[in-house]
Amino acid sequence: MALNLIRKFVASSLLFMTAASANAETFVFTAIPDEDETKLVERFRGVADYLSEQLDVEVRYIPVKSYAAAVSAFRNNQVQLAWFGGLSGVQARRLVPGSEAIAQGVEDEAFQTYFIANTSAGIEPAQELAELEDELRGKTFTFGSKGSTSGRLMPEFHIRDTFGEAPEDFFGRVGFSGNHTRTLRLVEAGTYEVGALNFQVWQKELEDGNIDTNAVQVIWETPAYPDYQWTIRGDVNERFGDGFKARVKEALLALDDKALLESFPRSGFIPASNEDYEPIRKTAEEIGILD
Amino acid sequence: MLSYPTVRASLIFFAVAIAGLLFADIAITASNPWRDLGNFFLGVVTPNFFSSEGLMTALLRTVAFAFVGVALGSFFGFLLALVYRLLPVRIFCAFIRAIHELFWALIFLQFFGFHPLTGVLAIAIPYSGIFAKVYSEILEEADPEPRRLLPPGTGMVAAFLYARIPDCWDQMRTYTAYRLECGLRSSAILGFVGLPTLGFYLESSFSQGLYSDAGAMLILFYVLIASIPLWVRPKLLPIYILAAPFFLGEGLPIVWGNVERFFTEDIIPAPLRGDEGLTGLLPWLNDLMINEALPGIWNTILLTQIALVATGILALLAFPLISNHFGGPVRRTSGHVFLVIARSTPEYILAYILLQLWGPSMLPAVVALALHNGGIIGHLIGRQTNNIRLRPDAPAGFNRYTWELVPRVYRSFLAFLFYRWEIIMRETAILGILGIYTLGFYVDSAIQNIRFDRAMVLILITALLNIGVDALGRYIRRKLALQTMPTC
Repeated sequence: MALNLIRKFVASSLLFMTAASANAETFVFTAIPDEDETKLVERFRGVADYLSEQLDVEVRYIPVKSYAAAVSAFRNNQVQLAWFGGLSGVQARRLVPGSEAIAQGVEDEAFQTYFIANTSAGIEPAQELAELEDELRGKTFTFGSKGSTSGRLMPEFHIRDTFGEAPEDFFGRVGFSGNHTRTLRLVEAGTYEVGALNFQVWQKELEDGNIDTNAVQVIWETPAYPDYQWTIRGDVNERFGDGFKARVKEALLALDDKALLESFPRSGFIPASNEDYEPIRKTAEEIGILD
Repeated sequence: MLSYPTVRASLIFFAVAIAGLLFADIAITASNPWRDLGNFFLGVVTPNFFSSEGLMTALLRTVAFAFVGVALGSFFGFLLALVYRLLPVRIFCAFIRAIHELFWALIFLQFFGFHPLTGVLAIAIPYSGIFAKVYSEILEEADPEPRRLLPPGTGMVAAFLYARIPDCWDQMRTYTAYRLECGLRSSAILGFVGLPTLGFYLESSFSQGLYSDAGAMLILFYVLIASIPLWVRPKLLPIYILAAPFFLGEGLPIVWGNVERFFTEDIIPAPLRGDEGLTGLLPWLNDLMINEALPGIWNTILLTQIALVATGILALLAFPLISNHFGGPVRRTSGHVFLVIARSTPEYILAYILLQLWGPSMLPAVVALALHNGGIIGHLIGRQTNNIRLRPDAPAGFNRYTWELVPRVYRSFLAFLFYRWEIIMRETAILGILGIYTLGFYVDSAIQNIRFDRAMVLILITALLNIGVDALGRYIRRKLALQTMPTC
């Protein structure tokens, strides 16, 4: 026990002192915590292994507790690459001049939000959100995270656009569940009657048989918009060598490990650019999330 | 009875809380809260200690952050206590302790990021303010007699060390040990915003419904706190304090440019940063006040007043659990366990658990605040009743409770309650991060939208509110001539 303690003591003090130099060569990335943490850690450890093999540098994934923490870590250059949502990506690129969206999932070109409801609320699915006005008014409603595109920005936009009211005025009670998996669970359990979530999370959970379809159903699907993307800092070439950014992009586009892609879930990655996310920026400005 | 000022004050606070209930959002919104609560308790009795590879490391980090933070806090708090009679120092200390550890952590996260310094400063800064106040109170109450007996010409330092410190030493040591326990709680909850302590894993397991994993973490935490007398020994303390900095983990390196940017850009109000200048500042502040600050202040005060009265009621109901005047040893032992668990669990964790189980409203927050603070006060006055000697023919049972004991401890009960008023408000504000619409909710929203200028104004308002309640609490304690004890 004592020996063990001493060994740990020495090891960690060495780590403490060499942290700065070790990290100089480590390529660190993060991701917005949009789903259960166990899933994220599993998924991104796989990505870290893959990237470190492809890029020949040490690659480390750090989990964070909020969307803003991911953006801040990127902005503060404590991470150089991040898997952002549409909105967090726009926020991050505004704060870090020279940073670039380099790749997105095939599905992210036309992403959707699903509005879901507990079946006990008795809301029938509809083609247009406006048809649901009477059924939805006064119900309890949960977004995902405050900084989420599919869980907050787009649903809030459509609620304001269709009903002409702020969500907290239209619904009886408005909450922020924290992430998409939790939104699903809370609506399934009836804690909230209605919620809005990332359609990929819904479909994956449905395929895996994790949804009680007697308790919760999709009531409306939003029109398509661009979402998740990999964003990289503009100064990585100076730190990791010429052409590093291009190599990261290449590695991400070439990723074809079925199991790894399945965990996102995406069918593959395709090139992306900052301009692809202009619609998200405009929407965020419109509802006052961005200045 | 109404002629007693203490009774009148109690009734006024009670009436305010009842009126508050009419405006407060109190509800259980989960459709099956008792099943969930049952699942949770099932998890606690079937703990899984091998869930996460990081659990032991997290426990070690929790202890390390607490030691470093509290050690620094008590060192600087002591220095500040020496000059505490200066008004600027008092204002400075009131200000730094009015801001909750989690708010400090959220601020430092923006420029130090995931460096150990973030967690250390988040504990050390507010604790310095608290230590400064309490140490100075202890030093002030020291017996002046020994100093008068010193030969003329004795140096100030020598006089201080030989005539003042010995008299205060015991009290300062007891208080510092109590603060270490608080430090462990603070350190644990820092995990909720991403630092590598216990809260990090607790939040993950809980949000995924892994109650057995969460149960194991809670049990480890109780064992850690309950066993403090066993492993925190005066002789071992220097070793712990010297070793702790090496167990904070490596984190990520600090980029100093971020610090400058934070202070020169991020927290400058948006209109001043842009080209609108001073003319834009007023509408900006106006918007912030009306849409965020005022609803936040209203909800914070509402929840604080309800929770304060609930705390008082719970403390009065709970103290017989450990009082020698009632029940047998079996009931007292289980009473002890209940009160230890209630006061060892940070409000933040209790509120988090109850919110998950009952759904969002003010109810989980009220219950969490009442359980934690009521547990502390109930424990203190319960112990006090053990020193009361009743006549052999004193009534038993309910009459003993209402006519003999409650009147005897009521003044110190009120003193404790008003002392914790400010603490309850600090916690109420922070619980907003969990989704209750108090000031913390709006601070968190501003940070989530990367608007640190707004977040800073809101944190400032929270601090001023706390300072106001602290002053009011002191005024009432003085008016009612209630003794204050810093060991609460």
